[in-house]
Amino acid sequence: MSAAVASATETPLLTPWRLAEIAAALLALDGASIGGVSLRAPAGPVREAWLARLATLRGGARSLRMPAGIGDARLLGGLDLTATLAMGRPVAERGLLAEADGGVLLVAMAERVDAATAAKLCAVLDAGAVTVERDGVALTTPSRFAIVALDEGIAADERPAAALSDRLALRLDLTALSHREVEAPAFDAQIIAAARERVAATISDETIACLCTAALALGIGSTRTALQAVKVARLAAALSGRDAVSPEDAALAAALVLAPRATQLPAQSDEADDQDQEPEPEQQAQPDIPPSESEDQPVEPRDLDDMVLEAAKAAIPAGLLAQLLTAGGRTQARAAGRAGQFQKAARRGRIIGSKAGDLRGGERLDVVETLRAAAPWQLLRRGEAAMAGRPGLIVRREDFRIARYRQRSETATLFVVDASGSSALERLAEAKGAVRLLLAECYVRRDEVALIAFRKAQADLLLPPTRSLVAAERALAALPGGGATPLAIAIQAAMGLADAVRRKGRTPALVFMTDGRANIDADGKPGRGKAQADALMAARGLRGAGLTAILIDTSPQPQPQAAELAAAMGGRYLPLPQADAAGVSRAVGAALSVAR
Amino acid sequence: MDGLMDSSDLLSDGRQNAADPGIVGGPAGAATRDTAKALPAPAKAARRARATTPMRVSRDASTGRAPPFPFSAIVAQEEMKRALLLAAIDPTIGGVLIFGDRGTGKSTAIRALAALLPPMQAVIGDPYNAAPDPGQRGQKTHLVPVPVVDLPLGATEDRVVGALDLEKALASGEKAFQPGLLARANRGFLYIDEANLLEDHLVDVLLDVAASGENVVEREGLSIRHPARFVLVGSGNPEEGELRPQLLDRFGLSVDVTTPTDLPTRIEVVKRRDAFDRDPHGFCGQWRAADEAIGRKLIAGRKRLAQIETSDAALTRVAELCLHLGTDGLRGELTLMRAARALAALEGAQEILDSHIRAVAPMALRHRLRRNPLDEAGSTVRVERALAEVFGP
Repeated sequence: MSAAVASATETPLLTPWRLAEIAAALLALDGASIGGVSLRAPAGPVREAWLARLATLRGGARSLRMPAGIGDARLLGGLDLTATLAMGRPVAERGLLAEADGGVLLVAMAERVDAATAAKLCAVLDAGAVTVERDGVALTTPSRFAIVALDEGIAADERPAAALSDRLALRLDLTALSHREVEAPAFDAQIIAAARERVAATISDETIACLCTAALALGIGSTRTALQAVKVARLAAALSGRDAVSPEDAALAAALVLAPRATQLPAQSDEADDQDQEPEPEQQAQPDIPPSESEDQPVEPRDLDDMVLEAAKAAIPAGLLAQLLTAGGRTQARAAGRAGQFQKAARRGRIIGSKAGDLRGGERLDVVETLRAAAPWQLLRRGEAAMAGRPGLIVRREDFRIARYRQRSETATLFVVDASGSSALERLAEAKGAVRLLLAECYVRRDEVALIAFRKAQADLLLPPTRSLVAAERALAALPGGGATPLAIAIQAAMGLADAVRRKGRTPALVFMTDGRANIDADGKPGRGKAQADALMAARGLRGAGLTAILIDTSPQPQPQAAELAAAMGGRYLPLPQADAAGVSRAVGAALSVAR
Repeated sequence: MDGLMDSSDLLSDGRQNAADPGIVGGPAGAATRDTAKALPAPAKAARRARATTPMRVSRDASTGRAPPFPFSAIVAQEEMKRALLLAAIDPTIGGVLIFGDRGTGKSTAIRALAALLPPMQAVIGDPYNAAPDPGQRGQKTHLVPVPVVDLPLGATEDRVVGALDLEKALASGEKAFQPGLLARANRGFLYIDEANLLEDHLVDVLLDVAASGENVVEREGLSIRHPARFVLVGSGNPEEGELRPQLLDRFGLSVDVTTPTDLPTRIEVVKRRDAFDRDPHGFCGQWRAADEAIGRKLIAGRKRLAQIETSDAALTRVAELCLHLGTDGLRGELTLMRAARALAALEGAQEILDSHIRAVAPMALRHRLRRNPLDEAGSTVRVERALAEVFGP
């Protein structure tokens, strides 16, 4: 299969750099039709080399750069105040998105672009036009461009917003590439110009079906991705000077579009006749598909399926492959592009814009924006009788613009401690000690802690979310022990508290300390069987609500019930048979920092 | 009045016109005149520090855009299509919320619906698309496309509710009202893509107007109220954040869309979309007959709506169902009844049958259920369970 892919580029083996260069060539050919590329690489020589190659292939055309924290006025356009005042009539100003028409938009630090900005980029990609409804300006400007999202993220969850990367057909990861691996150009602007004649290459229904099959086999949900693969296959055909999409083009599209998005490895095909399921090297040794012949002959659909899928499998990045092999899928379940949830109505932090509003309730005036809002009306206001002859600027209440801030939302760690008789009392002491230690840490981080204890038939909120060390100490000291274990009730109470915390704009994290042996059901009645079932059901509800949870097994011997409970709530299970307070605190700290 | 029309014409993005050039009303030439006025002199533009080229707001620019994807060509997603048609038959149902995975054709369906709607009579020159008043004689009316107005992300409040006409204020010191998006959406649809990303203060405005059917503007020394009755259509992705319960409740119907998981459907989706992207006009031509058939069904359904009988039995069923599910308030019952009636009208029935109620109950009720922490089942499953209990299997 690698021989097949290679035929598209006339090189014996497709190196990562070569694949990246092909991506650049496809972008230069017709980037707007495939959205663009999500390029994960640190700023450095490799990324520079790739961007330079892209610029060369585009014939040196300029590309625009969008900074991560761009404001709406610059992004979308709006009223050009200077020109408006100078000319005495409204003059609209083009935003970056309209200026990018026909070119390439480089999105700097794409992993830091927030969901709202990403959604604006998506709207333009979808509509092929920028629609502005701002500051008295209303217009729609056609604009088609390709986006190069420069993703400098390091951690796995530092990625561009999913809505955006979903719309960019190509995905490259040059993180592991050294600048010594940069190769001499294989394409030039002439090849691109010649290929432009053929961008409407035809594609057979079988090939479309096969790309869809491959996408499904790799666990790719969005049908948009399969469509993008079809388009990329077409451009790849044009690049290789073909009028119809060949299996090699389809394989290349699978490698560029499908492989990086794989969420599962395709199930091994169970055909007995399929002998060549051995590891890759052997396959490369036997060039089973003669590249030149297959162009005009229809390929057997089954072979085509295998070939495309193999190409995709071979191109799955090594890191992702390892993840898929260990985790068996479901690695990217949590939403990307959300490196920290944000609190909107904050009054400190970074200014992210302004809105019209009153100066009540300690809001802060955005002076420049207020003056901007007042400026156009000066002539009119001066003309009004009451204001006639009054010198200076006339600013009215409706001009006031309030600064909007954004700050990283704080975490609240909610401890749910089993104080029943089954959790031996010395365990309770350790739990108390751990809470004390974590509290001290939280105080430094300005996080909050809360404490729910459950025993007999109820769960009590002993400590509402607080940063006060004194209040926490007092609550802990008063924590009684003994009685039955109402786990389901406790989980429900924790969920209610987590909801309240969320509404305040904080991110809750739940720490359960229990042996998992419930014996009071959700209605407060004794009975081990129903109690256990209710607890599991409540735990699944917790998972459904998307809450971060850790379960610390406090029993002397690790309990299967506790592990089961942790799995049901989608949380981490930490059996701590011998741990002391410091150990608990360390484990929780580590687990939470992973969750964050 | 002429000035107002000019400005609202400037807002029109020409999409509806592109979709159906035959029925476009509107003052010819107004756009070009406005365009000319909005342009800065090239010399002045060049002098400015940032290179900003003059904006083109011309018709040809927007008509150059492809027509919307045909409604009838949308593969599967039956519930979404049905909800949109019901909302078009009876606007009092109160809008549709479409929540779901990326790339499932949420926006596509709404834009397709716009092309499907039969044109409506409106008074010439009225910025709010007012319907002709039967008591008043000598009114000149024309057929206009039903407005389907996009609320783009990043829109400012002045453009949404309307504000003082900047141009008139600057040029002549005259105080005139420039209607906003809410005025344009009157008697039509207001579409919010990524509804969960909408700024909070805009959500407040929308809630207020959607509830009262009237837009009250008190700003910049203006005091204006105008009708703003529209069908709110929102779409979003639950991964990007949840909707405020108040906004959720304001939508009559809610639909969860998911990516089709069976291969033949997925292949069909990709094939059709690819064919459309390559030759939009040709593709739309193929589906025109099917689209027109749906359009006729829609018109017939609207006509029939008033004659559909609402039997006591149906009312009892609806009440029973809502009681069973414990939905808050009367809004659920009312919406369910209206949606069932609209479905009966769409299907050409004489009265509301149990089958109609069953078919629309999930979309009318699923977003009104109280969250039950002990019930892990999704809201759709809960509605279906209640249906089975009330109606029998």
